[in-house]
Amino acid sequence: MAELRFQNIGISGLAAAVPANTIDNYAYTEHFPAEDVREIVEKTGIKERRFAEPHQCASDFCFAAADRLLNDLSVDRSEIDLLIFVSQTPDYRMPATAVILQDRLGLDKSTAAFDLNLGCSAFIYGLSVVYSFMQQGAFRKALLLDGETRSRVYSPKDRKTGFLFGDGGVAALIEKGDHFGESFFSLHSDGSRESLIKIDAGGYRNPSNAETVKEKVVDEYGNMRSDEQAYMNGADVFNFVLREIPKTVKNILATAGLEREQVDFFVFHQANSYMNSYLAKKMKVDPEKVPVSLDKFGNTSSVSIPLTIVSELQGVLPSAKKVLLCGFGVGLSWAASILSLEQCYLSELIEVE
Amino acid sequence: MQDKFIEAFKEALELENEVNLSDQFRDYDEWDSLARLSLIAMLDDEFELQIENAQFEKLETVEDLLNAVKKASA
Repeated sequence: MAELRFQNIGISGLAAAVPANTIDNYAYTEHFPAEDVREIVEKTGIKERRFAEPHQCASDFCFAAADRLLNDLSVDRSEIDLLIFVSQTPDYRMPATAVILQDRLGLDKSTAAFDLNLGCSAFIYGLSVVYSFMQQGAFRKALLLDGETRSRVYSPKDRKTGFLFGDGGVAALIEKGDHFGESFFSLHSDGSRESLIKIDAGGYRNPSNAETVKEKVVDEYGNMRSDEQAYMNGADVFNFVLREIPKTVKNILATAGLEREQVDFFVFHQANSYMNSYLAKKMKVDPEKVPVSLDKFGNTSSVSIPLTIVSELQGVLPSAKKVLLCGFGVGLSWAASILSLEQCYLSELIEVE
Repeated sequence: MQDKFIEAFKEALELENEVNLSDQFRDYDEWDSLARLSLIAMLDDEFELQIENAQFEKLETVEDLLNAVKKASA
């Protein structure tokens, strides 16, 4: 049972950066009729997204967020002992992007730095790894950087996924302190459903070749993509979410000894508003306690939970003593956490030109 | 059971015309991947039932769906 519990470790600051380049989803009609697009936008609730420029990487948004956060909080960079970069869209296949970021951010060579490859569950997984390291006496401060350029992963000619995903990056500073209190994590995996959300080619199982980059019609609806672009079996992902997430949320509440009503905010992975609304209703969670940012940024995979905190909870965090985070998706992999954000500093949302 | 299912089915897919058990539901104008999401939510909400895609693809008519619901609640 992958349940973790920590004392007096917490997020002292959080910053987020998104591309300035804003996509109006209603006007994203190059490949599909405006009428169909409107229907998709209404149902998914994703009205705008941010797309990285060709020269921008996930790590660039993380760098902007981290640089801002460290400056805002006047952090002595030599005190950062750990940097984890969470992404499935790294700069290169090697070296690890975290190592490059160690240097870009001016961190000491004594910093531990590595990447963590997971999707929508990754911010919570990443936090649990950082918190585990922080139990070591010698670790002073840690950075969890989480960035994605999911706009590049999916085909704009596949209506099942072409309107959902966006880009951005966040930085979280993790420290020790009595005021952080107790936090709880639960981590889950189901590799038997690996093919529900997947990019078939371009890794080492099916290496890139002339065939894998060819765009093909993939179904009876005329949707098109290459084997190096991602696909999603949305119906079964929805089934999975309905089956597992209410259970996972219920269990972590029990572990923390909390009733649903005692939680100040529920921050869910921002997939689409139809699924998220139904999920909240099914779990009988007060919609007032469920911040939503997917209308502005779409689904940014692992970035969506911290991005929602930065964009929607500005000014209200002093009342966020108990926050439940829950991320779910590609893997399949899912995770939940209950922690306090009462003492968390939020930088203003950064737009990167 | 049958009446409850047909009513919920019509509402989920926003169907205006009469629904017959022999209808091939994928032929409805209203049927698309978004309608599929509505159907998933309805089956979960009203019948506590999830049908995996592999199984769902074998269901062709409204009656097939109804039978799957009946079987699960039996």
